[in-house]
Amino acid sequence: MRHTISVLVENRFGVLARVAGLFSGRGFNIESLSVGETLDPQISLMTIVTSGDDQIIEQITKQLNKLIDVIKVVDFMEIEHVEREMILLKVAPKKEDRAEVLRLTEIFRGRVVDSGPTTYTVEITGDEKKINAFVELMKAYGIKEFVRTGKVAIAREGLKRKEGG
Amino acid sequence: MKKSGAEILVECLKREGVRHIFGYPGGVVLNIFDILYDDKDIRLILTRHEQGAVHAADGYARASGKVGVVLVTSGPGATNTVTGIATASMDSVPIVVLSGQVPTMLIGNDAFQEADIVGITRPCTKHNYLVKDTADLARVVREAFYIASTGRPGPVLIDLPKDVTGGTADFTWPKQVKIRGYNPTYHGNRWMIKQAANEIARAKRPVIMAGGGVIISGASKELRELAEYTETPVAMTLMGLGGFPGTHRLSLGMLGMHGTYWANMAVQHADLIVGIGVRFDDRVTGRIASFAPNARIIHIDIDPTSIRKNVRVDVPVVGDVKLVLRDLLQFLKEIKGQWTAVRASWLKEIGKWKKERPLGYRFDKEIIKPEFVVEKIYELTKGDAIITTEVGQNQMWTAQYYKFDKPRRLLTSGGLGTMGYGFPAAIGAQIACPDKMVIDIAGDGSIQMNIQELATAVVNKLPIKVAILNNQYLGMVRQWQELFYRERYSYSHLDVVPDFVKVAEAYGAVGLRATRPEEVEPVLREGLRVKDRPVFMDFIVDWKEKVYPMVPAGGAIDEMLFEEEEKKPKRRLRAVK
Ligand SMILES: Cc1ncc(C[n+]2csc(CCOP(=O)(O)OP(=O)(O)O)c2C)c(N)n1
Ligand SMILES: [Mg+2]
Repeated sequence: MRHTISVLVENRFGVLARVAGLFSGRGFNIESLSVGETLDPQISLMTIVTSGDDQIIEQITKQLNKLIDVIKVVDFMEIEHVEREMILLKVAPKKEDRAEVLRLTEIFRGRVVDSGPTTYTVEITGDEKKINAFVELMKAYGIKEFVRTGKVAIAREGLKRKEGG
Repeated sequence: MKKSGAEILVECLKREGVRHIFGYPGGVVLNIFDILYDDKDIRLILTRHEQGAVHAADGYARASGKVGVVLVTSGPGATNTVTGIATASMDSVPIVVLSGQVPTMLIGNDAFQEADIVGITRPCTKHNYLVKDTADLARVVREAFYIASTGRPGPVLIDLPKDVTGGTADFTWPKQVKIRGYNPTYHGNRWMIKQAANEIARAKRPVIMAGGGVIISGASKELRELAEYTETPVAMTLMGLGGFPGTHRLSLGMLGMHGTYWANMAVQHADLIVGIGVRFDDRVTGRIASFAPNARIIHIDIDPTSIRKNVRVDVPVVGDVKLVLRDLLQFLKEIKGQWTAVRASWLKEIGKWKKERPLGYRFDKEIIKPEFVVEKIYELTKGDAIITTEVGQNQMWTAQYYKFDKPRRLLTSGGLGTMGYGFPAAIGAQIACPDKMVIDIAGDGSIQMNIQELATAVVNKLPIKVAILNNQYLGMVRQWQELFYRERYSYSHLDVVPDFVKVAEAYGAVGLRATRPEEVEPVLREGLRVKDRPVFMDFIVDWKEKVYPMVPAGGAIDEMLFEEEEKKPKRRLRAVK
């Protein structure tokens, strides 16, 4: 099972190494990881996407909690939340396909953030499914490269537990 | 008031109650050594290797329950501490390691004797710090001692750049420590504890599995009360030995790979396992899938990550063992079970296993059996010495044949299995407990890993006894090769073992030797009498002797090998890592 886990940490040097080292040292995998400041500049928030069975996820959250610099760990599996990821994708369509790429970008509510003589760079924000779908579509038109931010997640108001979850 | 960083550091150590530091100097810690030079309250014990310093601080901590302190220089001084830190980490020992570091402005430049010790020790410390500002020093030291000694204890390293100890700052001692990401749970969940009590009351074949957590938490009394009140037998892990009296009628001794037959059988036939301050390490459980197949499992531990890490758990209780056991007893007393009657047949069954396969070895009139030496040490010290061990057969024979009745009497590297631990640990223990008899039961291989600490022991007039079970082999390795590698003794014979008597004498210690069984007791008596310097007692033992019973790695813990079967054709033995 894939889990999105957010980890509130002290904003100190070395914290990322502690978290990353914990995953590598114990053989847990990280599918994506993003870090940023929070409202309180002394605290950073990491959003980690990982996978494993229940026992592994339980170990991951407990081990994270055990780190002294970790203030709080939230597994979004149990919580109503919104997740988003952004991708910047550079595509080089043939002349006759350029209009279609623009149309698809619009359908995905994306934006062209840069265009060159032969390429468009498109920005798409959304959940993982949407982004994957867009990447799949663009493959036909010649993707040059893309870069993804990794997922971020936030709880819906009131941190409600999912029904039956 | 303004003070130098080094002064602040030493002042902080005093306020933490530190009386002894184990250390070794070097360029970037000279600021600190200079303050220690005329300090009256803190004594630095100069070891001969930084690894020795860490093991000594570890032995000091295990013997006394206080935080052990280490001070070393940067680079090689710091990297030499890693084995000691990892050893302490695996066995939850509270130590604080102060390492020097190159000046902050040189960090990252591959400066002379620079090593990223914070990076290197991150996975084997409970926490570590690089102090970048003299003004942070007091807070960091306070936090380090707090983190090392609370919750599940462990090593904490503080890296101290030279300009931080050389700089000045206002000194204020933080009144209290507050770390928002660190709040150990001490009181167990009452509802869970009540479930545990019900489980114990219902069980017909319960076994308590007691580990090092019992000793760390100081819960021997509570454990004994629990066992006696509910008539429940107690099996101990290596780290748990002494947490419950080894001579008690309810003691099953040690379980696991070299555990007693009856402890392992009891666990495998139990309907309830009460794991207390244990982490269900693979040396204890054997093949996990076959561990205690019919038992429900209660697991009490202060470290939530220990729970459900290795075995399934039916009733998890996170909390300090002592506090949890108190609550548990309270609930049990409300239940008022008819323990004695219910448990009698279970205890009888265990008694049968005990008679069937008692712990034993074949005494020989011509050649010294290593078990015999351990037994004699037990006899002559009346079980009241602090015993350290090295790693290998010597360690297992000690665990089997020395009956520990009190906590903090066996200091051994359980989790990491560090050869070379026992002798420096004995130094630390002797410093912490000057009036106690301290004995390192050693192997001829292991003792050579930190033999240089003889100088430390001689200089400090420490009457440590080292009983070397000299089999000319890396015996435990040889045992595995004999049993699982078709007797191909690849690089396990030591070829040249130094004359330990001469080595001892060269350092100014006493050296004694026994080559025949009848010499064992006289040598021990003579050795134990020495009061002013260390003693090496070299026992030339039967090199063929193996540790039995034995569960081959990867086997279930009731699939044991016994000495009696040695002559039979090798059955279905395969090496499993
Ligand atoms: C530092 C270290 N290196 C290697 C090992 C692997 N090892 C475990 S027991 C052992 C042999 C120990 O020999 P000795 O000290 O003579 O003890 P004996 O088994 O003969 O009693 C070895 C090499 C270890 N535990 N620690
Ligand atoms: Mg040996």
